[in-house]
Amino acid sequence: MRQPSLFDRRRFLLGAAPAVTIAALGVSACAQRNGHTDPSTYSPTYFSAAEWVFINAAVGRLIPAEEGGPGGVQAGVPEFIDRQMELPYGHGAYFYMKGPFLPDSPATLGYQLRYSPREIYRLGIAAANLATQESQGKAFALLAPVDQDSFLERMEKGDVHFPSVPSLVFFGQLLGNCKEGYFADPLYGGNRGMLAWQWIGFPGARADFTDWMDQAGRIYPYGPVSISGVRA
Amino acid sequence: MAERKKPVDAVIIGYGWTGAIMAKALTDAGLSVVALERGPALDTSPDFEYPRIADELKYGVRGDLWQPLAKETVTVRHTVNDTAVPYRKYGSFILGNGVGGAGVHWNGMVWRVSPEDLRFRSHIEQRYGKAFIPKDMTIQDYPVTFAELEPHFDHFEKVCGVSGIAGNLRGHIRAGGNPFEGARGDEYPTPPLPEIYFGQLFDKATAELGYKSFPLPAANSSVAYTNPYGVRLGPCNMCGFCERFGCFLYSKASPQTTILPILADRKNLEVRTGAYVTKILRDKTRTMATGVRYIDENGSEVEQPADLVVLSAFQLHNVRLLLLSGIGTPYDPGSGKGVVGKNYAYQMSSGTAVYFNEDVEINPFIGAGAAGKRAIDEFNSDHYDHAELGFIGGSLILAGATGGRPIDQMMLPPDTPAWGTGWKAAVRKHYGHSAPIGTLGSVMSYRDRYLSLDPTYTDGHGLPLLRITFDWHDNETRMAAYTAAKIEEIVRAMKPEKQATALIRPGDHYDVRFYQSTHTTGGAIMGSNPGNSVVNRYSQSWDLPNLFVYGASAFPQNFGGAPTGLLAGLAYFSAAKIRDFYLKSPGPLVQA
Repeated sequence: MRQPSLFDRRRFLLGAAPAVTIAALGVSACAQRNGHTDPSTYSPTYFSAAEWVFINAAVGRLIPAEEGGPGGVQAGVPEFIDRQMELPYGHGAYFYMKGPFLPDSPATLGYQLRYSPREIYRLGIAAANLATQESQGKAFALLAPVDQDSFLERMEKGDVHFPSVPSLVFFGQLLGNCKEGYFADPLYGGNRGMLAWQWIGFPGARADFTDWMDQAGRIYPYGPVSISGVRA
Repeated sequence: MAERKKPVDAVIIGYGWTGAIMAKALTDAGLSVVALERGPALDTSPDFEYPRIADELKYGVRGDLWQPLAKETVTVRHTVNDTAVPYRKYGSFILGNGVGGAGVHWNGMVWRVSPEDLRFRSHIEQRYGKAFIPKDMTIQDYPVTFAELEPHFDHFEKVCGVSGIAGNLRGHIRAGGNPFEGARGDEYPTPPLPEIYFGQLFDKATAELGYKSFPLPAANSSVAYTNPYGVRLGPCNMCGFCERFGCFLYSKASPQTTILPILADRKNLEVRTGAYVTKILRDKTRTMATGVRYIDENGSEVEQPADLVVLSAFQLHNVRLLLLSGIGTPYDPGSGKGVVGKNYAYQMSSGTAVYFNEDVEINPFIGAGAAGKRAIDEFNSDHYDHAELGFIGGSLILAGATGGRPIDQMMLPPDTPAWGTGWKAAVRKHYGHSAPIGTLGSVMSYRDRYLSLDPTYTDGHGLPLLRITFDWHDNETRMAAYTAAKIEEIVRAMKPEKQATALIRPGDHYDVRFYQSTHTTGGAIMGSNPGNSVVNRYSQSWDLPNLFVYGASAFPQNFGGAPTGLLAGLAYFSAAKIRDFYLKSPGPLVQA
């Protein structure tokens, strides 16, 4: 039997997902429900509307807006992830991608799948939505926050069966990119207003501590600056 | 047919630290030299300019200065019976790329081995008896002594403007330095940079326990400094973008900031970037190297004939190119015969994260690779009695991070949730108030740990990748556990809110997913005869007397510390011998 190609599987996964009513899952609705006010008018380049809804919902739980500090959505993490997908990184250009692929190798020998980051998202989001649709009758973004959290926890442990990219791998990719987008220089679309840097006290691209390196133990008094020269 | 270039006196493969050292030495001697570098041309300006270099995502996470793995990587397996798979994404170690090599993105830690590290087998046998060394442990002595190398260590430190305090000056133990170091001929060329706050806390705790802490020697100049070649370095500002980054301030020593400026105008040197060497060529009798073959940046095959071939790529690449070229007998772990690929070793890293209350201001972003950090050497090498311990070797223990890059260097207690509100609260609570005590631990060499060509996976040109066969042995996990207990004692004396130790334990497998160290060693080791080594004491191939191989590939086993000081010392030692003897009378410098 012919092995289904990635394209076939992707089409199957996306096609098999019960017609997600994109309008009903619109970003504004999602943002409103989570209480985010997202000033960005950013529209995704790589992610489809349904995928974009998933990304916003997941980022909103992985780095929530509640209990102080900037939320991931507010900080522009979804935009960061979408933009990364269009860069060589998203296409897997930073990785050795020649076969044969032996995905059953010991985990300690590292990533052994054939998928680029953008393929991981495409397959992972479809599989996640399919899984919540089957178990709870709703796409992920429409679940209550507490149910979203428990689904993310199951993915984190690899407890949800995904047909192609394991849920654990998809979760790792998503969480890793979330933190990158939260803490990277704002030039990549995340860490908007350097909110995440202010939250932890990282001075960003200042990169000159001549005036403070002999003042051990005293709190550094200056806020962050970005590569573009903006101060916060 | 490959294009054939005009013959030159010497061709250099790899233009990092040892390539630059040899380019200077050979052009000083009047030779015509071509240096081949697989990566791009890189220089402080424009490639490391502020503010673009202060970009954690681009350089610290994606690794835009690292060797692109898409084109060439290595494969890894744990035992000889396993199937190796590619190192597809960066984790355990980071390979350099371009002019300057790993000397661009390094931490700038210039470490001298302990004298006994250079004669480790003899030293251990004399102190503890022959039976103390396990049968499968294939460690051996360097065929060169500390006293012979000392002037060359000293010279390299002066080239780099290393900041530090001498602990043993011509046999006199001096306060404030490392009392365990071998006797130095001279002071460090520049004084240490200011100590980071965590270094001060470490000093206080180690002093209470009776240990002697000292500033970690750092190739970050602390003052305006002119090196012996007339190249000027400026004072480091501890910007926190050191390791994994090129230095924008001309403070961290790299080939670019110390040696290459004086070579730029030399008429007898040509540097070709984008030149991927695929083979060292030999004459019909296979007794002399005749040059190299490479693929240029346009994808065309080129032959560069040369009378002298300098192999000065990264450790792993040196070994791969010897194997691809069929030079020397590949090591066979079954019989123990053969030498090329033998004695691959690594660095044992463990460490303890220290979490303070929120009123202890660590300012983790103020840092440099090695500068500002503190260390103790009590538990390194054979500085302590191993008779009852069941292992040999040790660790340099060092305090402080290289910076506080929030994506990659966020330190959170292990019970912290990985995401959600708990994670967000934790990054605020701990970021500015935590610091690591780390180790650079020795790794012995073993019969079943080696390098070979992979039978399956290939590079972008269809040539076999190098295969690493490596896993931890009990000697190293015991050493790490012993060291970790000592560190935990130090940490308790600091009275932090929390602490957490990361330790490789017996039974744990080598895990390529997490950064540990780029101190990979061995595979083209140095020894007393062709039966136990690839090169002699002058880094000269036993098989081809006009081939010299430089780098940590020469280390018969790995010590606690960092390799650059030793590999540079070995290169200068060799360069002096080439200048004074080899060029006058080419041939074997040591009779086999």
